[in-house]
Amino acid sequence: MINWLSQIVSVTLFNLGTIPQRRGAALAAAVGIAGVVAVLVGVLSIAEGFRAAMSVSGPDDVAIVLRTGADNEMTSGLSREETRLIFDAPGIARSSDGSLASAELFVMINLPKRSTGTDANVALRGVGAAAMAVRGDIEMVAGRAFEPGRNEVMVGAGAARAFAGLEPGQTIRVGQNQWDVVGIFTGGSGAEESEIWTDAAVLQPAYHREDAFQSVYARLATPDAFTQFKDALTTNPQLKVKVIRQSDYLAEQSTMLTSFIETIGVAIAGLMALGALFGALNTMYSAVAARTREIATLRALGFGSGPIILSVMFESLLLALVGGVAGGATAYIAFDGFQAATINWQTFSQIAFAFEVTPGLLSTAIAWAAVIGLLGGLFPALRAARLPVAAALRET
Amino acid sequence: MRFLSLIWSNLKRKKLRTSLTILSIVVAFVLFGLLCSLKEAFTAGVNMAGADRLIVRHKISLIMDLPFTYGSRIERIPGVAAAVHWTWFNGIYQNEPKNFFGSFPVEPEPFLSMHPEYVVAEDQKQKWLQTRTGAVVGRTLAQRFEWEIGDRVPLTSPIWPRENEEAWEFDIVGIYDGAKKSTDTSGFFFRYDYFDEARARGEGQVGWYVVRVEDADRVAEVAQKIDDEFANSPYETKTEPEGAFAQGFVQQIGDIATMLVAILSAVFFTILLVAGNTMAQAVRERTEELGVLKAMGFTDGLVLVLVLAESCLIASVGGLIGLGLAWLATAGGSPAPSILPVFYFPVPDMLIGVAIVVALGVVTGIFPALQAMRLQIAVALRRHA
Repeated sequence: MINWLSQIVSVTLFNLGTIPQRRGAALAAAVGIAGVVAVLVGVLSIAEGFRAAMSVSGPDDVAIVLRTGADNEMTSGLSREETRLIFDAPGIARSSDGSLASAELFVMINLPKRSTGTDANVALRGVGAAAMAVRGDIEMVAGRAFEPGRNEVMVGAGAARAFAGLEPGQTIRVGQNQWDVVGIFTGGSGAEESEIWTDAAVLQPAYHREDAFQSVYARLATPDAFTQFKDALTTNPQLKVKVIRQSDYLAEQSTMLTSFIETIGVAIAGLMALGALFGALNTMYSAVAARTREIATLRALGFGSGPIILSVMFESLLLALVGGVAGGATAYIAFDGFQAATINWQTFSQIAFAFEVTPGLLSTAIAWAAVIGLLGGLFPALRAARLPVAAALRET
Repeated sequence: MRFLSLIWSNLKRKKLRTSLTILSIVVAFVLFGLLCSLKEAFTAGVNMAGADRLIVRHKISLIMDLPFTYGSRIERIPGVAAAVHWTWFNGIYQNEPKNFFGSFPVEPEPFLSMHPEYVVAEDQKQKWLQTRTGAVVGRTLAQRFEWEIGDRVPLTSPIWPRENEEAWEFDIVGIYDGAKKSTDTSGFFFRYDYFDEARARGEGQVGWYVVRVEDADRVAEVAQKIDDEFANSPYETKTEPEGAFAQGFVQQIGDIATMLVAILSAVFFTILLVAGNTMAQAVRERTEELGVLKAMGFTDGLVLVLVLAESCLIASVGGLIGLGLAWLATAGGSPAPSILPVFYFPVPDMLIGVAIVVALGVVTGIFPALQAMRLQIAVALRRHA
């Protein structure tokens, strides 16, 4: 057994020692695999980042109420009476000022994007007095919150980054209304950080939507109070609404884009992996071919075929891992935190997000690299082990 | 071509390496094909835009409606040939949010004459004019849900509930094709009169107008006139050429499309680099043999051609198979019809692909080939000794 292990070690070391002589081919294989890993990580980090932007960071205790049949706020509608009934439902957290719930209005405006200078949709959300308390984690990073009753807006940090003209002190003009930007906030979900917020009571007349809202955001007394709240609303004959957790709502909104990107990402990386596998096979076959005589000599000296196979596979695995780590590092440097914005296909509003290279993603990609390395080494290794010793020794 | 057999045996001497190289080139060109299709899919709207058409929408945002009466007011503006309205219906089939596609109430006759890119057979058009609940659907959409003419299709719309709160029912009376390959045939068009009468709210409101101008050179001027006409009204408009409108939409998808295209290009060139390296390697190994050939009297030029022919052969076999596979893969239609309604491998891109195939063959072959050409017989023969 010890003998066997020492055989593996010595053959492997001997193999690795010859890599500098085959620099070109070895490098090509490693570069190919690095490419696979970089692509896989790069594309999937888009999906990861978008998913992260469309999720809630805090406890899962916010419920959204929409009209039955609406799958997003854009297509929903609630009257003032309906929102009052919702505010009184059981299961909502309450403070001295009343229910922790906010009736909200959600409209779209066009503003120029920083990156292209062309117009894109930004969500303008009119919120109630309790909106900040409902989310719980809204923080002003610049300026102050809007004052109720005035034409003032506060801008999510993502929106401020993606769109021009949203610094505190600037004014945005929408139709015949002017809005002063008074602050920048973070918190809420990433989707909300891509929005502009103002007082619902000011937004309603500006959009000729007196007494109309689109959604109610309510903080639940506890995350478990959701069922109680939901049952109370859905069984109320005066209401035709659906109740959904904010986390589920956001997940639903992001599914279409993330699954699209993941499908494309995995398909591209799969094809690329195939290409890299051919590259690795080529490299290892020529490595074995170049050493035909050496391998035959080892066999003649009494080295078993097991150690020979393992040593070739180990070499291939090592090349793949070097490539994989290099690719992963490249992808991490190039993509992690990359700021981007794209459209939310459900509401057609822009969502600002950052690419996220997660440890999970990196390990998946390196696992891919290892598989390519092992497969790329296996067949050449078998060939090396099967070489007829006498003929190989004669080979020039 | 009596040297074909020589080239052939050179390729055969390491069958495995040759086939692996060809396979990786195949993969690279399949990726290339997908890349081009994806790029085309993202920009299809821009390419199919008419040069003489304008889009008139609410100044604040596309989602805000305009009055139906604007249509005749727009048509009275000098320079305007015709105006038709579109409305975003947001129809959903079988109450499944994923069964979502572009659906629009329109007025059949003016709509079809404004959009000659939607081709509907004359008898189907007549049927549409006679059937109040009639709908004309695009070929790819019909295929997606296996709809046929005569089918009755219920749709629900979260934006436009019906007055009686039931689902909207439509009879499919026609299936349209695209005049060009880039035409989006995933649309669902039905009659505005049916829609306007039965909708629960928003009567007399439409989404946006598509306007044809009389003179394509004067689009900017006419656009300005339209916006002036409605300035300071409760419904101010923003008018822009259809191409710019579509471009704006592409830019909204923005960074993702750019990133996908950038990543795919990087992948493509990485694979080519790796394959090219192997091909060059294969020639370098044979320096000695090339020396023998020259000693036998092969001219410098002939050696150059032989080596180049070999690399070009590998590149074209791999490249053409790859392009062919990509074409087959995209012929099946879009992998994600709701995001990319148009998905095909455009012919100009295919030609670019062929050019890249040739370039690959020449570039990977030329350096070893030049080396081989300049090789001095004595040196070459000595190399291995």
